[in-house]
Amino acid sequence: MATDVHRPVSPQAAEAYQAARTAQAVRTAQAVHVEGLTRSFDGRAVIDRLQLDVRPGEFVALLGRSGCGKSTLLRILAGLDRDIEGTVLVPRRKAVAFQAPRLMPWKKVWRNVLLGLPGKPGRAVAEQALKEVGLDHRTDAWPKTLSGGEAQRASLARALVREPDLLLLDEPFGALDALTRIKAQRLVGELWQRRGCAVLLVTHDVEEAVLLADRVLVMDDGVIAHEQRVDLDRPRDITDPRFAELRAGLLERLGVDTAAEAA
Amino acid sequence: MSISHGPPSSAEADIPLKSSFANSSAVDVVPLLPASSRRTRVPRWLRRTTGPVLLLLLWQLLSSTGVLTADVLASPGRIAQVGGDLIADGSLTSAMGTSLQRVAAGLALGTLVGTGLALLSGLFRVGEDLVDAPVQMLRTVPFVGLIPLFIIWFGIGEAPKVAIITLGVTFPLYLNVYAGIRGVDSQLIEAGESLGLSRWGLVRHVVLPGALPSALTGLRYSLGIAWLALVFAEQVNADSGIGFLMVQARDFLRTDVIVVCLIVYAFLGLLADFIVRSLERLLLQWRPTFTGR
Repeated sequence: MATDVHRPVSPQAAEAYQAARTAQAVRTAQAVHVEGLTRSFDGRAVIDRLQLDVRPGEFVALLGRSGCGKSTLLRILAGLDRDIEGTVLVPRRKAVAFQAPRLMPWKKVWRNVLLGLPGKPGRAVAEQALKEVGLDHRTDAWPKTLSGGEAQRASLARALVREPDLLLLDEPFGALDALTRIKAQRLVGELWQRRGCAVLLVTHDVEEAVLLADRVLVMDDGVIAHEQRVDLDRPRDITDPRFAELRAGLLERLGVDTAAEAA
Repeated sequence: MSISHGPPSSAEADIPLKSSFANSSAVDVVPLLPASSRRTRVPRWLRRTTGPVLLLLLWQLLSSTGVLTADVLASPGRIAQVGGDLIADGSLTSAMGTSLQRVAAGLALGTLVGTGLALLSGLFRVGEDLVDAPVQMLRTVPFVGLIPLFIIWFGIGEAPKVAIITLGVTFPLYLNVYAGIRGVDSQLIEAGESLGLSRWGLVRHVVLPGALPSALTGLRYSLGIAWLALVFAEQVNADSGIGFLMVQARDFLRTDVIVVCLIVYAFLGLLADFIVRSLERLLLQWRPTFTGR
């Protein structure tokens, strides 16, 4: 996957540009490169000199307690938050799917999918993307008539149609019911394998993280506090004892005692 | 684990059952009727028209028995007749044409000014600082009170009448469009940004459509005020229009003509409301609305 074109997300454009150039020379193999990133709210550092690298095509899950700054990190990577210090390099082509689908209610589904694309792409482009997420039968629907799962799939189609090198997912399954969530997780796994883009999934669901990710990061105190590689074969089986072991380990890292449960 | 609510299969259960499974007659059941069967047989339009018709009959009764004299209020029959005469000799239609023209001109100008100012202060921080405070101050001045000033400025022709309607229309539209723009969901703006929309793209695809419901509400208020402003404007120094007909009728104690004019005002108001509602249906079809039971 080509991630050669990087764009710095930084307030000090010149400095970042310099950093980008030097960094790029050393490291063309990263889809995301974050170094010494600090983001403060009212003097309190929510992200504190954070380091992060994501390889092209890698699926990374970011876990953490609520308020640990994981969503802030995602917003920074998406370019939505620029009150930052440090170096952040992200692919020019990136896409976000939020927890709420955030479809424009006044545009039909297919127009939502095409919104913001350069040039004047035809309806067929949207239809193709919607077909990929299994929503081609609702192309002409108004977003408010979609079910929660359908809206989330439309949101995924809108992200994928941009052919991103980096897909940012901010708890995209959080608001879905249990059954729809399982289907949506499976869909994201398939799409990732087909597209081969790097994915950063922010979630609070440990099982989801272990199910989908190559690497699970635990964020705490504004930094990546723990890193766990997941080497299980895909498709993964949640009843696999190694799966349970990884899950328990991560839960412990997050401060949830699983001893009683395991007994 | 499976949970079964059925009775134990064994007749010799360890615990004697106290429930009344066997005794079904002890349960008090009521039939849940389908909604359609609860509706009355009288159709809705008939129910809705009955009230006004009864009122009209009562009015006619009072008039024909002499309780209500023509000096106070003409009878419905008389009013219908006068209305027919006024239409026949063309005076009502020409007055209506004049009045409609004034409203249309005032509405067009007011919409332009109100929406323009709202866009300026809604979309730009500088615009807000410059525009919002003066507009909020002017808003508190009752616009009808400006009629004398407008007559001094614009004379007694069409200009002061159109100006007063423009002024009346501007403020509700400004307030609603401004509130609409500022009320657009920030999450959608953020989503638009993340999709790579430019500033103008955000305005076109996110902000303006998002402000539309509010803007249309403003337009409805504005239309109501436009008619009100028209009545005021036409009763001062007018030599044509519905208001002029009314002033003339007042001088000759013609309550019948006055009521005909009032009916025309009401009719025009209804028409305007119908137009805005059609506009809403057309432009806001994406919005699933509660239609009432």
